Amino acid sequence: MTTEVQPDSARSHEHGSGLAHDANAAPTQSEQHEINSPARRKFLSQLSIGLGGLTGALMGLPVVGFLIAPLLKRPPQQWQPVGKINDFEVGKTVEVTFADPSPLPWAGVVAQTAAWLRREKGDAFQAYAVNCTHLGCPVRWLQDASLFMCPCHGGVYYQDGRVAAGPPPQPLPQYEVRVRDGNVEILTSPLPIGSPKA
Amino acid sequence: MGVIHRMWDWIDDRTGFSGTIKPLLDHPSPAGAKWSYVFGSATLVAFLVQVLTGIGLSSSFVTSTSQAYDSLQFISHDPFGRLLRGMHYWGASAMVLFIGLHMAQVFLIAAYKYPRELNWLSGVLLLAVTLGMAFTGQLLRWDQTAVWSIVVAAAQAARAPLIGNGLVRFILAGDNVGGATLSRFFAFHVFFIPAIVFTLIGLHLFLVLYHGISEPPKVGRPVDPKTYRKWYHEHLQREGVPFWPDAAWRDVAASVAMVAVIVGLAAIIGPPALEKPPDPTILEAYPRPDWYFLWYFAVLALIPNNLEDYIIILAPLLAGGVLFALPFISNKGERSMWSRPWAMASVVMIVMMIGTLWILGEKAPWSPAFAAKYLPPEVVHAQSAGVSAGANLYHEKGCENCHAVGAYGGARGPNLTYVGDRLTTEQLTTRILNGGYNMPAYGGSLTPQQLDELVSFLQSRKRLPASNPNTADVGR
Repeated sequence: MTTEVQPDSARSHEHGSGLAHDANAAPTQSEQHEINSPARRKFLSQLSIGLGGLTGALMGLPVVGFLIAPLLKRPPQQWQPVGKINDFEVGKTVEVTFADPSPLPWAGVVAQTAAWLRREKGDAFQAYAVNCTHLGCPVRWLQDASLFMCPCHGGVYYQDGRVAAGPPPQPLPQYEVRVRDGNVEILTSPLPIGSPKA
Repeated sequence: MGVIHRMWDWIDDRTGFSGTIKPLLDHPSPAGAKWSYVFGSATLVAFLVQVLTGIGLSSSFVTSTSQAYDSLQFISHDPFGRLLRGMHYWGASAMVLFIGLHMAQVFLIAAYKYPRELNWLSGVLLLAVTLGMAFTGQLLRWDQTAVWSIVVAAAQAARAPLIGNGLVRFILAGDNVGGATLSRFFAFHVFFIPAIVFTLIGLHLFLVLYHGISEPPKVGRPVDPKTYRKWYHEHLQREGVPFWPDAAWRDVAASVAMVAVIVGLAAIIGPPALEKPPDPTILEAYPRPDWYFLWYFAVLALIPNNLEDYIIILAPLLAGGVLFALPFISNKGERSMWSRPWAMASVVMIVMMIGTLWILGEKAPWSPAFAAKYLPPEVVHAQSAGVSAGANLYHEKGCENCHAVGAYGGARGPNLTYVGDRLTTEQLTTRILNGGYNMPAYGGSLTPQQLDELVSFLQSRKRLPASNPNTADVGR
């Protein structure tokens, strides 16, 4: 590569007119020395890297914040009606469905949740999660066998949610149920998987 | 002619193609690199298929939990949409397949050794993000299986200590599968992960150019980090051929064949069918992952229950750790697989293990046979009303979901076709009432009469009809 700055050449004079310093005022030796100082270069590198990192953070953090926002929000739990008390036969377990407390407007069918509701006697109801405690697959109720069975890895539960066979580590989780004014209501909860503390 | 030449000269001068890009294409590569070297480029081309077909699909896919399923129906019923979906599925399959082959080949010829450790590490990361793409892609097929697969993924994440519940909320984008869940997976599948894939591919290819394509190994020619680079340089000077076109033509030919197969499969077999709608209240579900994760589905069924928490979380970390550590544990010495019997053995073992798990995952003998019907009379062969009633109970009480009689029923529990030969009335009664390993206790859900009927049905399951006096003691 040839040197770019040749002050005595007319062509390069034109070419150099866009540079920051006037070509007529060539840098003095001390100025030149300062420009080439390693300490200055190091500072400029660090400054650029620092500013770049800061810009990256300014651009990236809002995205990260938006993505982890659901971790910080706790949607309210709500009592949702699932039917009239007389719709449920004593000793039977049936599927009931209820809506999320505050679904997004475009949620569609996924705003609905199912549960297995059992009427023990009178006002005594139990609502079991449909999610197998092994890995969350939907368990099915076999009325004649009085068992819940999971299609994924063969988990089996008794009618009271206790594990009867297979890999599930825990009984089927339960939702809170109450009877109000003849309506059976279920308290919504986060997806019942993972540790029961959730 | 002259005009075109002059135009090219002008473009070449202004772009610097001959000075910068051409040397990259012409770089000398080892002469012996033959067909086993095409897997990497095939993986890359499969990725390009995914990018193109993915862009095509995104032009009609609606990222909304209420409409994604309908938009997929629309895509699937349009001839080109169906072809695109098919190509995206078979392209994904090809990408997973070829990245596996590429990895096995690189491992077998120990191309990860000095100085190509980072080639390997960037490749391991590419494997991870490719599997990430495969998983998130399956979820965008927003049907019933997709929804339950998200729940299964979240349930696995939930097993992580301390951060488990946080991970679940991150995956679901909330407390439950809801409106935000699909958009999140869409963003990951279409923007975040591909950005990482592009970056890693850039790094991976740069490293291939920087270190050169590794030469086919020879027994008795170990890698010595002190001399390797000089030796490799001289080796290429002596025996190298320009990458383009001497080596590249095989990559091109293999990739063209692969793309032809992808398009062919997409046209003939098409994309995987959409399951039922993504309604979490439809509990008649049978969630299964696509083939690339079916073996892991089997792992989850088969690991001992008390080790699950550890295996679900630690096994993937451990596998990743081993892959990462590999080039540091062994970065010099023999490269040929013929002098590395353990390398060959581990590839054979991994392939056999995954293959076996695949077959099991496909059969899923641990899953209840929900579709089982009442046993047909010719199988029941009832000699009395009790046996006949017992056969009905055998179906109604769910026995058939896990046990087989003849060709009917599940495979979870022991086959009961000849159980009458094995177990006495007392033994059968005890097992039914008290249950056993992986068998529910029916004590609470059978009346004494039902129990008698069920036992007499099971007692009648013998090799030869019990009425034959000559076989009276066969049951011993």
